[in-house]
Amino acid sequence: MIEHVPVLLIALPILAAVVPTILGIRFDRVGWPVAVLGMLVHAALAVALAMTVLGGRRISYEVGGFLAPFGIELVADAFTAILVLLIGAVGLAVLAYARTAGPRTNSFYGLYLLLVAGLTGMTVTGDVFNLYVFLEITGLAAYGMVATGDRADAAVAALKYLLIGTVGASLYLLGVGYAFVGTGTLNMADMAEKLATLGYDSPLVLTAFGLVVGGLVVKIALYPLHTWQPDAYSTAPDSVSTLISALVSTVAAYALARILFSVFTVDFFLAVPIAQYALLAIASVSIVAGSLLAVTQTDIQRMLAYSSVSQFGLVVVGIALATPIAVVGAIVHLVGHAVMKGGLFAASGIVRRKTGVKSVEEFDGLADRAPIAAACFAVLSLAMVGVPPAVGFVGKWYIVVGAVRAGQWAVLAVVLASTLLTLAYFLRLIERMYFTAPDHGAGHDGESEPVGDAPVADGGQPAVSTGMVALIVVASITAVALGLVVPAIESALQPTLLEVLGL
Amino acid sequence: MIDLLLTRYNYLAVVLLLGIGLYVVIDSSNLVKKVIGMNVFQTGIFLFFITAAYVEGGEPAVITDGGGPYVSPLPHVLILTAIVVGVSLTAVALALIVRIYAEYGTLDETTLQQIDND
Repeated sequence: MIEHVPVLLIALPILAAVVPTILGIRFDRVGWPVAVLGMLVHAALAVALAMTVLGGRRISYEVGGFLAPFGIELVADAFTAILVLLIGAVGLAVLAYARTAGPRTNSFYGLYLLLVAGLTGMTVTGDVFNLYVFLEITGLAAYGMVATGDRADAAVAALKYLLIGTVGASLYLLGVGYAFVGTGTLNMADMAEKLATLGYDSPLVLTAFGLVVGGLVVKIALYPLHTWQPDAYSTAPDSVSTLISALVSTVAAYALARILFSVFTVDFFLAVPIAQYALLAIASVSIVAGSLLAVTQTDIQRMLAYSSVSQFGLVVVGIALATPIAVVGAIVHLVGHAVMKGGLFAASGIVRRKTGVKSVEEFDGLADRAPIAAACFAVLSLAMVGVPPAVGFVGKWYIVVGAVRAGQWAVLAVVLASTLLTLAYFLRLIERMYFTAPDHGAGHDGESEPVGDAPVADGGQPAVSTGMVALIVVASITAVALGLVVPAIESALQPTLLEVLGL
Repeated sequence: MIDLLLTRYNYLAVVLLLGIGLYVVIDSSNLVKKVIGMNVFQTGIFLFFITAAYVEGGEPAVITDGGGPYVSPLPHVLILTAIVVGVSLTAVALALIVRIYAEYGTLDETTLQQIDND
């Protein structure tokens, strides 16, 4: 039974995604219950998968019964399990938020389940072309979801996201084409062996590497290929930006790690050190540029989006260092960032609904007006900066230790400097929330107009439900608690890690 | 060089399609033309796969005695899938464009940016 779980994790959400649209012909508002049901099943399957593979076991499933190098293979190991658990948990949690925050159309929940299916597919697939298909399914669902809001500029942002995202995915496909021409296979494990015999320094392999990594970097949104991200995150409805900021780039970064370690392998880095340096350089530039751009933003959600550019630079540094400790750091930071950034977007959405505050200047004295949201925002910000014992600290610590052990001093300096920059843009918010009195002269002291695009409850204020508040409280607690369980995660990952890195 | 161009002209077409497509996506300020550019770019990739799969005098991969050489059907299947993906993307893109036109009454990117800044 358990060997069928990988395929059920993809097939069930895809089937469930059709249900809201079909039922929508007869009934209104069936989308949410269907999505909850679908996500509960997905999360239960994810837990079942994690219980089996976290000990170091590996599950492989041949789709349609076609044997492995010829058919499509789905593979689940400890890394997969962690990502699938994250997708299940975040997917369920954001539904609690979307219940009140909307969008409420049936088709939205169809896209929601499609996005979850696409992300899960990217995580469990062991086939490079299948990865492309799921990359595009994820993309299509994400483009549609960004445009679901009432805001007119959301459609423009979604189209920009679509054009850049498609070029990125197409570059990935072209890279797959080069690798396929060289090896004649699409199965990751098989391709890894054949690339080694082809010779890592062959121009075909190098081109394939450049195109595949380039394509995925667009999807991860590293500087300077991040331009779709701030617009998409800041114009999308709050539920959507919470979900997408937590999962989409995260799974793309996981896919990059999968391709690097399972297809090109660490030996490729040893044979072609310039590839490793190039990736480290892109990631380092992204860390610094993302932080600097975040500091200059006035809109809260745009600031959070640029912060993601910087944090994903950090994750890619961990992946590119390719030592066990750095890779653990990258995975921990990947999961931690998803919880923290999702929580921050959700909190910023609640703040906007309660007080109408959208920009950094308006955060003055926010702790009095929205105490719970302000507290959660502060906890999540500090976790993101890397204050112990939160998960943001632990992830960065592992990456820093990895950089020291690898002797990459320039990277180490960048990572440490980025912490200061992260502090710069989050501390000014905490300072404004708790230590600055609201500016009464400007005329928006707690009486600000609620934003027009939110569903309006009885009192004329946009509704903030218990579920929405619960999400940010749970995210804050998780961000701290995850930091404490990292040693357990590390020991569960250890056997798989050594195998994947070929040590 | 001339010899290379005469025997490998398919790859030349691939490079041209990729270049033209990407250039239009980046440079054109008309949103519909950007989508067309995206399609041209993808067509370049389709042609790359199909060209790479071409075998001189090849037969379909139905194995018979004394047959061959056979053509791998895999690249063609991949491109069929990629074409489907491309069509879906174009459909979503055009739907978004319809909505943008209904909201703003323009499809010019620079005009949209001016409206956004005001």
